[in-house]
Amino acid sequence: MDASNLFLFVGLPYIAFAIFLVGTIYRYRATGFKVSSLSSQFLEGRALFWASVPFHFGILVVFLGHLTAFLIPSGILAWNSNPVRLLVLQVTAFAFGISVLVGLVGLIYRRLTNPRVKMVTNNMDIVIELMLLVQTGAGLYIGYAHRWGASWFAADLSPYLWSIFLFRPEATAVAAMPFAIKLHIVNAFLIIAVFPFTRLVHILVAPFHYISRPYQRVIWNWDRNLVRNPASAWTETRPRNN
Amino acid sequence: MDIRAQISMVFHLDKCIGCHTCSIACKNIWTDRKGVEYQWWNNVETKPGTGYPSKWENQDIYKGGWERNQDGTIQLRGAGKGKGLGNIFHNPYLPTIEDYYEPFTYNYLNLIEAPPGDDQPTARPVSMITGEPIDVKMGPNWDDDLSGTPDYARNDPNMAGLSPAERQAMFELERLAFFYLPRICNHCLNPGCVASCPSGAIYKRGEDGIVLINQKVCRAWRMCVTACPYKKSYYNWHTGKSEKCILCYPRLEAGYAPACMHSCVGRIRYLGVMLYDADQIEKTAAVPDSELVNAQLSMILDPFDPEVIQAAKANGIADSTIKAAQNSPTYKFVKTWGMALPLHPEFRTLPMLFYVPPLLPVMASVTETDGAQKAKLNPIAKTWTDNWLYDTSTEELWGTVEQARFPLKYMAAMFTAGDEKAMAERIKKLMAIRIYRRWKTVGDVDEAKARKVLADVNLTELQAEDVYYLTSLAKFNDRFVIPPAHREQAHEMLEFVGDRRGSTGFGFRETPARGM
Repeated sequence: MDASNLFLFVGLPYIAFAIFLVGTIYRYRATGFKVSSLSSQFLEGRALFWASVPFHFGILVVFLGHLTAFLIPSGILAWNSNPVRLLVLQVTAFAFGISVLVGLVGLIYRRLTNPRVKMVTNNMDIVIELMLLVQTGAGLYIGYAHRWGASWFAADLSPYLWSIFLFRPEATAVAAMPFAIKLHIVNAFLIIAVFPFTRLVHILVAPFHYISRPYQRVIWNWDRNLVRNPASAWTETRPRNN
Repeated sequence: MDIRAQISMVFHLDKCIGCHTCSIACKNIWTDRKGVEYQWWNNVETKPGTGYPSKWENQDIYKGGWERNQDGTIQLRGAGKGKGLGNIFHNPYLPTIEDYYEPFTYNYLNLIEAPPGDDQPTARPVSMITGEPIDVKMGPNWDDDLSGTPDYARNDPNMAGLSPAERQAMFELERLAFFYLPRICNHCLNPGCVASCPSGAIYKRGEDGIVLINQKVCRAWRMCVTACPYKKSYYNWHTGKSEKCILCYPRLEAGYAPACMHSCVGRIRYLGVMLYDADQIEKTAAVPDSELVNAQLSMILDPFDPEVIQAAKANGIADSTIKAAQNSPTYKFVKTWGMALPLHPEFRTLPMLFYVPPLLPVMASVTETDGAQKAKLNPIAKTWTDNWLYDTSTEELWGTVEQARFPLKYMAAMFTAGDEKAMAERIKKLMAIRIYRRWKTVGDVDEAKARKVLADVNLTELQAEDVYYLTSLAKFNDRFVIPPAHREQAHEMLEFVGDRRGSTGFGFRETPARGM
């Protein structure tokens, strides 16, 4: 394996994940106020529907698909053992990929043309949207040109990713992949690296906890019973809100 | 019994002169920043009118508040766990800036720096979002004083139940009237915004019931904007955080009145503590429409009742708070005298700001001075030479409740979820006190009548004097009865004093800047 492959498929992932971890933690702790989905629906709502909804639902499904193939490759391979099921999986993934592409193009168009949305656009928004566009384009091309990804991802790429996570990097298989796939992989690591510096951080604060919490929330500055108890020092009744 | 204290406000609508000083005081303190130019945490609306944002009371459009299901449970109309998370990528019920207005300023510099030319230089309006010239189509108080106008007053959602004839009568040229409705966050007991927030950023403070948005936890899922039926949670388009009225809690904690109240020219506002039973919230919010007002009022407990006091103390409520609850002007208006009502109780958020409905404006009727009419005449009534007069005698001034300038049905749609009887009771009380005071001061009402009207509405003479005092003569300390926060017990409150404007909710030192 030559030096460039070594850098792209062994060095880069570790650099990317290191930046991701340090950057995210730093951003959340030091500038937590800025962690927001920064919705611009208030400024423009109609076009957003046709862009945001296909993009988000599409990317959710595509991401979960990649995640499943990474976590349980044997399950995916078992599913794909029947050609019809493999076809169903491929077509579904491709359809949601198209959905991502349509939404993403819509989002970029809206961001560049709507004068109000332009005012709340920063450079990183454009950068990340273009990176995602490259990623989606490469992904769709792979799905079309290098069939059947659902199977070879589970067979070849999943072990590679595991080798990265288990600190036993083994990139020979990847180094032999066609260009589009390499691009998709390298771009993915780049997205992970810039992740903490973009609006994508809202993924990390997705409100899953809403499902299990009671609707109403009351917060007390201090414990209302202990505060009247002369035996308790105030230091024991720390506020629960800061 | 889980007794909690709630800071609540009463607005005496008869006293509001519509000067918008409260709105300006609030704006200058809290919302003069980028991204919140359009936010009016306090605004004053002309009623009948469409309000701000336009037609906010129409929940068919905005889907705010709670709705009652067939089985007697309630759910958020446009948000909640299912709808909120399902619509998180695009909230179909989110009002956009068109429903408010695009904030604008004027290009004033052009007036002095324009090069010589054939035309007078002008200051064109420019958008405060894009900086481009815009045509101003809406602005704050756009429908101010525009009662009777087809676009505004006649589109008032509260008139939905009125027949065309009744509407017509409201806008007859000689009878046309309006009143003002100042609105801030209602600091509800069953707040829709809190329930709708996927991040859990919005919460009600236990000690005083103020509803706040933790700016550090807000992630711009923007469901609170939809869920608040009063549209008092606003989205800051610059920082990507929702913001709302904080009842000037930093001022309250230090013993100062909120800016809107402190600046009120008409002295229409009263701020006091009320004790309520938090165990009743869920049950009360789910009663049928017709019982809503009474159910909500019955949650508010008598602060003189020894049992209530004991339970309050057991719940950690300070003695000074209990004492304030006993002297509370809001408790008097809402419970003791039964004169104040919540705004739109049918939204089921149990709003804790109350309104004394307007009796005014009264208007002398124009009559011809002949026969019977003349015999009734007060010597001071003004007669014109053509024998027409403005009859200012008492009966003509106040007439009956049914002849009130604003139809009972209209007022009931605003304050009692359609219960006209409950509305009439309040109006009658206001009238009775006026007639009683008319006897005392002007003397053109006889004593027997004055006493009879008081008895009719179950007010004693002493109570009538109290109402009169608190309405007309009350000093600041009678209208504002709030104990300062107990800092001696809460050292925590002294932390994070580096609060900045824009950092609503609990403080933090980070600059509230837009994220990447």
